[in-house]
Order: sequence, then structure tokens, then C-alpha cells
Amino acid sequence: MEFLGTVIDWFADPANLFGASGLQGRLGEHMILSIIPLTIAMAVALPIGAWIGHSGRAANLVINIANVGRAIPSLAILAMATMLLQAFIVSIGLRQLASEIATMIALTALAIPPILTNTYVGISEVDGDLVEAGRGMGMREIQILREVEVPVALPVILVGIRTAAVQVVATATLGAVFATGGLGRFIIDGIAQRRFDEVFAGALVVAILSILTEFLFGFIQRRVTSRGLHAGSAIREPVPVGPR
Amino acid sequence: MDVNWIMRNLDEIGQRTLEHVFLTVIAISVGFVISFILALLIRRARWLEGPIIGVSGVLYAIPSLALFAFLVPFTGIQNPLTAEIALVSYTILILLRNILAGLQSVPREVIEAADGMGYTSSQRLWRVELPVALPVIVAGLRIATVTIIGLVTVTALIGLGGLGYLIVDIGYRRFFLTATIVGSVGAVTLAVLADRGFVVLQHALTPWARQRAED
Repeated sequence: MEFLGTVIDWFADPANLFGASGLQGRLGEHMILSIIPLTIAMAVALPIGAWIGHSGRAANLVINIANVGRAIPSLAILAMATMLLQAFIVSIGLRQLASEIATMIALTALAIPPILTNTYVGISEVDGDLVEAGRGMGMREIQILREVEVPVALPVILVGIRTAAVQVVATATLGAVFATGGLGRFIIDGIAQRRFDEVFAGALVVAILSILTEFLFGFIQRRVTSRGLHAGSAIREPVPVGPR
Repeated sequence: MDVNWIMRNLDEIGQRTLEHVFLTVIAISVGFVISFILALLIRRARWLEGPIIGVSGVLYAIPSLALFAFLVPFTGIQNPLTAEIALVSYTILILLRNILAGLQSVPREVIEAADGMGYTSSQRLWRVELPVALPVIVAGLRIATVTIIGLVTVTALIGLGGLGYLIVDIGYRRFFLTATIVGSVGAVTLAVLADRGFVVLQHALTPWARQRAED
């Protein structure tokens, strides 16, 4: 109980809340570290997943990449990306941001598989009769994809985006090990300097942010799902991606 | 790749691998016992399912480093208990969900047949329901074990060694890529071996499934 008092004191100290190395700055860094990789991953994985789901080509390749990806610990991916890319990033004149860029590349790599597999699975499982009906109505392939397959597959696709988002927000915390900013700094620096009030406070904010991300994307998923689909079969949850 | 370093440090690599296996085995064993007891409780009192799955679902969304960090002020760093409390709580959602799904997958007729043969409730559980549910339960063990092997790498950050020590403390902090690669490949290899091991175990425990395949 005494300890929890020190945590409350930590939150009450304005020096811990404001400025670049306070909660305000670290939360901002964490958001940037998460949003950029998630956006890039969506830009890459959504069109490729949709094309594979629609055409049925290269499906095995995608599934295999996703399976192999799941067995590699995210800490290992972050360490490898940092060590292999940092020198290159520095050499093109981005020394200041080298850790951040390397971490964001690793986070992008982690975010692509869940979006890719869910998009592919969602689109390839759209009822063939619906697609045939579209063809019969004279729709072009791209129209079938856009106006039939994507709307029907949307709930499954959004589950993939939610999984990726939660994973990126969680793993961005580990970036602090590799010298990035973000909320992980409180935990890593706090452990190094035995400031346990800061460790606990940092963990609390990270946990709240992760749970909020899960709820936010769950909410979007329910709002965006077409009403006709609600009535139908239950939305299949994806292969569970473990905590990070 | 510095092969000489690997040769000179086989002891250390073996030691870190053992630490990794040790933390994983404890987490999965304790997690399985707790999940099994919770599943039996839920069988008796269905209303417990919602709250228990809900709580473990929230825990599941918390990043591992944060969950360790919550415990560090109380149990300290370099204490395996800090890691195990967090790791065990992660296994519960996966294992409990699969044990429940496995038990629910037992066909009604099978249960009625067992009742008709005069099995008591616990006889029916151990001799009929659990054997039928086994494949789904083993599937849960496979996912949980692969997940935990990945997460144990993070325990190096709270001073517990394991393959994460090779990846971060020797590899990244001394900028020595060979150690990072050895640690990463080690973790992936352990995950693949554990996964295959469970497949073999399931094969051995369900001779009837084998026989059916031959028929």
C-alpha cells in the first residue's frame, strides 16, 4: 500500500507528466511509433491480401510466411532490425532517428502478417454464388472485389487490423530496449535505475493504452460491419496471436 | 557470423537454452493445472465462464514487458516468480478456452451412451470426455507453448537470462550480431521442436485415431 502511494506521487509530479521526457512526450512518441508502421502495413497488406483472396494465387506462400513469422519472437525481430539497419540508416544521414526508423521497420514487418492473412481468408471465403451473381450482373473483376467481396469480408479484415494494431502498440514498448522513445522508456529506465514507482506507472499507462486499442478497434469493427452480416454466421476469430 | 565464438561459448549457449526451457516448462505446467481446475469449476457452475474468460482476456491484451513491470516492485528483478506469474496468466486464456471447447466438442450421443452404461460423472469425464477432447486440448498446448517460448525472451529484460540474454545483453548491448542470431534461431528451434513434440504426444495418446486412419 505504501508503494502505491509512491506511484500516486509519481503521477502527481508535473515533471513526470509534461515535457518531452514526461508522459505527454512519451505518449506522443508511442503513438507515432505505432501509427506509422500500422498505416504502412495496411497500405501493403490490404491490396496484396485482397488480390490473393480474389485470384487464389500464391495463397500457400502467404500462409507459410505468416506461420514462420509467428514463431519468431518480436524481441528478436527488433534486435535484428536495429543491428542490421542502423548503420545503413545512419549512412543516409538519419542518425537522429536511426533507432526509431529501425524499430518502425520491425513493427511494420510484425503488423503485415495478421492483416495479410485475414484479408486473404476473408475474401477467399466469400460465397462463390455472390461473386457469380456479380459477374452475371456484368460487373468487372475490380468491381466485384470492391462492391461484393470487400464489404462481405470486412469484419474478418478488421479483426486482422485489430490484431495488428494491438500487437504494434504492445511491441512498440519493447522499442525502448533499442534506444527509441515511447512509453517503454519509463519501464526500461526505471528498471535500470531501480525507480520502481516509475516502472509501475509506466506499466500502468502501457496496459491502459493496449486495452484501449483493443476496445477501440473492437468498437470500429462492430460499427462498420454491415447489418446483414450481423444476422448471419458468427464472425470467426482469427488464429490467436499471442501477447507480446 | 562468428563461428569461433559459438564454439567457444557452447556452455553459455546451452546454459541459456536450459534457462529458457525451464521457464517455459514451469509456465505451461502450472498454467495447465490452473486451467484444468478452472475448466472443472466452470463445468459445475457455467456462470463462471464469462467472468473468468473476461479477466484472462484483459490480461492477455497487456504487453509482456508491462505485466512483468507490474510485478517487479513486489517480487523484484532476477526473481523467476516475477516472470512466472505473468507467463502463467497468459497461458490461461489459451488453455482454458481450448479445454472448454474440447469438452463441448464431445457429441451428445457419446455422453448419453456413457450415462447409459452407468458411468458416474467423474468416470465419464476421465474415460470418455477427456479422451475425445484431447486433440483440441493438445492444440491449445501447442499454441500456448509456442507463445510462451517467444515471451520468455523478454524475461532477459528483468534479469532472468534465457535466450533473450544472448539476443539483447550479449548481442545488442555489445553489438555482436552472432549472439543475437544464435539466440533468435535458438528460440525458433525450441518453438518448432515443442510444437512437433506435442503432435507426437497426441499421436501416441490417441491410438484409436491412428487405427481409424488405417481402416
